Amino acid sequence: MMASVLTVFRRELRSYFETPVAYVFLVIYLVLQGLFTFYVGQFYGREQADLAPFFAYQPWLYLFLMPAIAMRLWAEDRRSGTFELLLTLPIPLGAIVLGKYLAAVAFAAIALLLTFPIWITVCWLGDPDNGVIITGYVGSLLLASSYLAVGAALSATTKNQVVAFILSVAVCFLFLVSGLPMVLDAVSAWAPDEIVLVVANLSFLSHFNNLQKGVVSLADILYFAAVIGLWLWINGMVIESKREAG
Amino acid sequence: MDVLLEAEALSKHFGSFKAVDGISLSVKKGEVLGFLGPNGAGKTTTMKMLTGFLSPTSGSARVCGDVVTTGNVAARKRIGYLPEGAPLYGDMTVRAFLCFIAESHAIPKIEILDVVESAAGAVRLMDVMEQRIETLSKGFRRRVGLAAAILHAPDVLILDEPTDGLDPNQKHEVRRLIEAMSFGRAIIISTHILEEVDALCHRAVIINKGRVVADGTPSELRARSRYRNAVTMLLPQEMAEKAASAIKVIRMVERVEAASEGANMRLTIVPRGNCEIADQIGDIAAVSNWQVSQFSVDPGRLDDVFRQVTEGAQ
Repeated sequence: MMASVLTVFRRELRSYFETPVAYVFLVIYLVLQGLFTFYVGQFYGREQADLAPFFAYQPWLYLFLMPAIAMRLWAEDRRSGTFELLLTLPIPLGAIVLGKYLAAVAFAAIALLLTFPIWITVCWLGDPDNGVIITGYVGSLLLASSYLAVGAALSATTKNQVVAFILSVAVCFLFLVSGLPMVLDAVSAWAPDEIVLVVANLSFLSHFNNLQKGVVSLADILYFAAVIGLWLWINGMVIESKREAG
Repeated sequence: MDVLLEAEALSKHFGSFKAVDGISLSVKKGEVLGFLGPNGAGKTTTMKMLTGFLSPTSGSARVCGDVVTTGNVAARKRIGYLPEGAPLYGDMTVRAFLCFIAESHAIPKIEILDVVESAAGAVRLMDVMEQRIETLSKGFRRRVGLAAAILHAPDVLILDEPTDGLDPNQKHEVRRLIEAMSFGRAIIISTHILEEVDALCHRAVIINKGRVVADGTPSELRARSRYRNAVTMLLPQEMAEKAASAIKVIRMVERVEAASEGANMRLTIVPRGNCEIADQIGDIAAVSNWQVSQFSVDPGRLDDVFRQVTEGAQ
């Protein structure tokens, strides 16, 4: 099983770098991340030795960038017919789903790791709490992984990458905004407090923010693990149904 | 175990549409089975069930006695499959792609290079190993697909329209490769090209609307043709009319078809009930001095049988 996952993972990760798209993506990500951190987030103006402005805008940045990473995972295979080739190889379906997904996560992790100069900058300018920065990075990767799990599953629903992208952005957006006051206010107008709490807790945002404060709680980790698990399971279900539909 | 691939009352329904409706067939070791049928007859759907891509609505497929299901990874190891249109990862090089396929078959790392080299050698890909697949011609891409299908030395090869879309030279090449692969294996080839059956197959199954309508060796099938034992002869235009009317009165002759060929006329004499009339016609022709320049007896025509069983059923 492990070996099969690795086989799919390696092929998939390598295929990101076979085209210039990967490099274009990395450049765009790093430029945008810089813009948000330094201009919108006022990294220097705040005169604080932390990476709060760096992480603060990631949920919104990822909303568009992660679906872009995930959109080709299955849609491309379904369009080109390699879907059939892949599913008739002696690899269990679970291993294919996992291998493809992990490749997308690895690519996102590479992009995230390439932001290390910002960490060097903050260390050079001040004396930051590296524990908070590490949980920040962990939270950031968990958030990215959740977006990617949604994107991977929705990529399997269509043969068209653009459709996959738009669907993923829409669904991720719902998961994101369910923690915002404007949504919660609308819900609390008619629903009991328990429902409001459920909706608020469904949001990526509240769990992401906890990790940005340096608070590592089992609940938040479990939340992301559950979201990822659920969407990987949906991914498998979608594949099964698309396979039968031919 | 002589029968390597077996289908038993295989059915696949999409809603109320019966794409495959109870197909049974078996392929023995060393045998190349031609799987024929008009477009939309259910060939590809059947093959997808044989390879475990689709699960059958009812019935089952077995490879070396092992039931093929969408979850049976072990059974898939014994199958080499070339899906319709030979889909490949275009952004990979030939070598990287074949290594990926070899890895997925859990071939040990130290053997992978050898396995890939020998499979590539068998289909003569050695010169393009480092090229990206999308830059290759159609014929080369088909060969990459074949190499991927055979590299793990499977017992059963399932090839869905392996020569579709290739030029005559490439078709010939691919057929030669398949022939070379048939030793010790069971091969099933779907096609709607009838010459393929003559060139390649030991046996042919014709399906129509999801059901088997004919199953036999090419000569057995051909024998079912209305043209079996028909006599074809070429004679000068001015003789043809006289000859045709003389032949028509023979009791054993059902009809005479005529087609003009320049100054000559080609007469095809179809016998009643496929009985042998060649001797008689030959005698008459000699006695009447029709100046026949070509004379041949038809062993039966596959395309005619194909039409007979697939159109006649409607």
